[in-house]
Amino acid sequence: MSNPLQLPPELEAALAGLTRTSRRGFLVGSGALAITLSLSAASGAKALAQAPVASAGPYPDPDFLQLDTWIVIHPDNTATFYVGKTDGGQGTGTAFRQMMCDELDIAYDKTRLVMGCTDITPDQGGSGGSTSVERDGRPMRRVAAEARRVLLELGGQHLATPVEMLAVANATIFVKSNPDRTVTYAELIGGKRFNIALTGSRVDLTTGKAAVKPVGDLRVVGRSHKRYDIPPKVDGSLRWAVDMKLPRMVHARNVRPPFAGATLQGIDETSVRDVPGFIRVISRGNYVAVICEREEQAIRAARQLKTQWQRPAAAPFPASSELFDYMRRATPTSTSEPLVEGDPDAAFKAAKHVIEAEFAVPFQGHSSIGPAHALADPSDGQMTIYTNDMKAYSHRTGVAKFLGMPREKVRVIYMDGPQVYGRTAADDAGFEAAFLAKELGRPVRMQWMRDEEAGWDTKGPAHVFKLRGALDEQGKPVALEYDACAADYNHLWYNEPDTVLIAQLMGLRPAQPAKGSTEAPTSMYAIANRRTTRRIVGLPLIWETPLRTGNLRDPNGPQVTFAFESFIDELAAAAKADPIQFRLDMLEQAKEDAVFRKSRSLAVVRAAAKAYGWDTRPSPNPRAAASRDKVLTGRGVAYTYRNNTIVAVIAEVEVNRETGRVWAKRLVCAHDCGLVINPECLHHTVECGMLHGLSRALWEEVQFDTEKVTSVNWASYPSLRHSDTPEAIDIVLVNGDPNPGRPDLAPYGAGECSHKPLIAAVANAVYDATGVRLRQAPFRSERVLAALRAQSI
Amino acid sequence: MSIVKLNVNGATHEVDVDPSTPLLYVLRNDLDLRGPRFGCGLGQCSVCTVIIGGAAVRSCITPVSSVHGEVTTLEGLSKNGRLHPLQEAWIEEQAAQCGYCQNGQIMTAKALLDRNPHPSDAEIREAMEGALCRCMTFYRVQAAIRRAAGGSKAPGEGK
Repeated sequence: MSNPLQLPPELEAALAGLTRTSRRGFLVGSGALAITLSLSAASGAKALAQAPVASAGPYPDPDFLQLDTWIVIHPDNTATFYVGKTDGGQGTGTAFRQMMCDELDIAYDKTRLVMGCTDITPDQGGSGGSTSVERDGRPMRRVAAEARRVLLELGGQHLATPVEMLAVANATIFVKSNPDRTVTYAELIGGKRFNIALTGSRVDLTTGKAAVKPVGDLRVVGRSHKRYDIPPKVDGSLRWAVDMKLPRMVHARNVRPPFAGATLQGIDETSVRDVPGFIRVISRGNYVAVICEREEQAIRAARQLKTQWQRPAAAPFPASSELFDYMRRATPTSTSEPLVEGDPDAAFKAAKHVIEAEFAVPFQGHSSIGPAHALADPSDGQMTIYTNDMKAYSHRTGVAKFLGMPREKVRVIYMDGPQVYGRTAADDAGFEAAFLAKELGRPVRMQWMRDEEAGWDTKGPAHVFKLRGALDEQGKPVALEYDACAADYNHLWYNEPDTVLIAQLMGLRPAQPAKGSTEAPTSMYAIANRRTTRRIVGLPLIWETPLRTGNLRDPNGPQVTFAFESFIDELAAAAKADPIQFRLDMLEQAKEDAVFRKSRSLAVVRAAAKAYGWDTRPSPNPRAAASRDKVLTGRGVAYTYRNNTIVAVIAEVEVNRETGRVWAKRLVCAHDCGLVINPECLHHTVECGMLHGLSRALWEEVQFDTEKVTSVNWASYPSLRHSDTPEAIDIVLVNGDPNPGRPDLAPYGAGECSHKPLIAAVANAVYDATGVRLRQAPFRSERVLAALRAQSI
Repeated sequence: MSIVKLNVNGATHEVDVDPSTPLLYVLRNDLDLRGPRFGCGLGQCSVCTVIIGGAAVRSCITPVSSVHGEVTTLEGLSKNGRLHPLQEAWIEEQAAQCGYCQNGQIMTAKALLDRNPHPSDAEIREAMEGALCRCMTFYRVQAAIRRAAGGSKAPGEGK
């Protein structure tokens, strides 16, 4: 089949398979859909996968309560699964296929998966919060089980045999007592609709009548199927969002304000008229973009365009070197109600030993390796956006609102792209491409430049923490005060039509800035008397600022866990206790909860210690401190959980006392996320999550003066490199269910948890090696060296 | 604009572009190749890497008119339908996460193995230092390079 849209092979193959089926005849015969089929390959596929519905445009919402929306059986006895998720490279697409294959009883290699195309796949929200497998895998399993149930019923009729006497293997139903009597799924329904209604008040509650299989019966789940997306990624054949091209497509680049909060005074378009291929400058409010026929022309024109800007009356923010002082003094924009357990004041008063410490983490960026990009096609009064935005569905809704178009005339086609660990600038680039395409009436491809990505992407919020703890005479922790302050006022949510960068620059504002948030630490430690306070502060400029905050991989977890697990280590050191034993003692005293976090936490911490070969002793290592070696070695642990997933990481570090360089030589991770769908995918995700955390521990820091971000490339915003890579990484999957009464083990999210404890584990290891406590991340050589010198190490 | 002749992956192409155009945009937009990608435009990240005359070259800062000699891109590594040992090792080790940077990882590794078929771990780290990855796949990438170099050491066994 010709494919004018040049879609990626998986999607292309799925569409080709669909349109070859006899279902085409069924649907073309249904009237209005014949018109839709002629529009394009993708909208044709939508028509084939869905029941016809009346709609205000060519892209009605797929009906998640129709089995046909999720699963198509082809005449060649293969299947295509349609899910409303995206895969940022953690292998969730492979996991979805495995889960659905198991329930449908079809071989993995006989299936395909289509993700995140808003007019084809049911709205499961895209990705985020490590919920892909944990929450959104459930309806996938249930609808696949329902498809199997319906096929068995059809098979029973076909074979004139009661369903109880039938079994299925590899998409073929057979009579148990006479396995030669068979009928394939394709013979029963290949190329035809199921026409089965599902139930469920929300997409994640979608279900048919069938029950999913017990875990013990799963055969595809639990195996390390190779990711289907890797071969076309290593041979260059995959077409990514960044590769999309359309006839008459032009290239756009943004021209950003040179100072935060600047007001555009004028544009001298004559300054770029001589650029070959120049088409137009498009500007509204403080948003400016140039459009040229070719990409390098647009880059040149954006650099060459003369613009005049007026600085804001007041400095938009303090310089990064003053940030933490500013945050300490700032009046909070909001303060959470204190959480108090026991009587912390009395406990502190009566305590034998009280310590306190302050911790700080700067703004850190997504800083995607591939700057934000999108292609928008405005043809025929509709709008199609090709993007790697992990939340394709809110992207569609947001763009429709922003452009004042009916949702049914806007669709988003998710394609592979660079990392999406939360609210990235992919959101912003899609809106920009769509706006420019609508203005120009031609397909517009937008890509940000490196300085724009580093300067203007959303940031993880900076934090300052104060902790205070008390030990009794036996060195047991009896009281803990935790105070978190996050520079997170006006935290951006996803794809909001009044907060994406182009909307802000055009002067749009929501009724209220978002409050922002930070968190209490997550641990199961029993400490009887606690006070937890949290406050949010804002920088002077909250709109049109490059210091925009948004979700970045477990949005506040790495910062919070750094402070909390470092301080727990400080308490252990004050108690002269082994850091792991100190934690185990507190975990032993904890109350069990509904998901067995206590038992699972104990198992995880013990497993990490065992895998590492931990020798029980307090930190710092007395031998290291006494030595005059150039390189000191230490180990540090950090434990936490995210939702239902438990993690403990042990870092072994080398600290060079002459240069201040910290190298995490070995990382050990014990990880419990319940049922494992694909062990190898999980291993790799856990491993890369840790190394991403290590990058934030050692390198990442957004720097700025009082008017702009100055860390705008890989020299000024350094990130982890090959030379920083540990020599050894050991991962233990501690996945079991301590509840014998529970019939099934659920899978929990794994995309973020191992990322969370890394800064703390490294800081604790540096303390063990040197006796010097690092309380401000990142631990770049110069900061470490200064800390070592300050304590004459 | 002027006609520039390029030899890419064994085929000759003529493109009509400004001679100062970075090679990257010609490969991507005129020849529709997808291996090399835009990462920084500054020669800092390696995402745009191609091989010219045996050397790993950052195509984002290489004017197309300065290119002399055969250009090999990621697409040109496989021969007669058979993947290059590095590509096979990449699949075996499942080295990618998102994969956006993997062109730079693979092409930089190719240039390394071409001049040093059995690099030590230290040599791998040194040669790969400029190949950035924000999913942090370095550990598996190094394992894949060792595998392609003929060692089958499991991750972490190397020195």
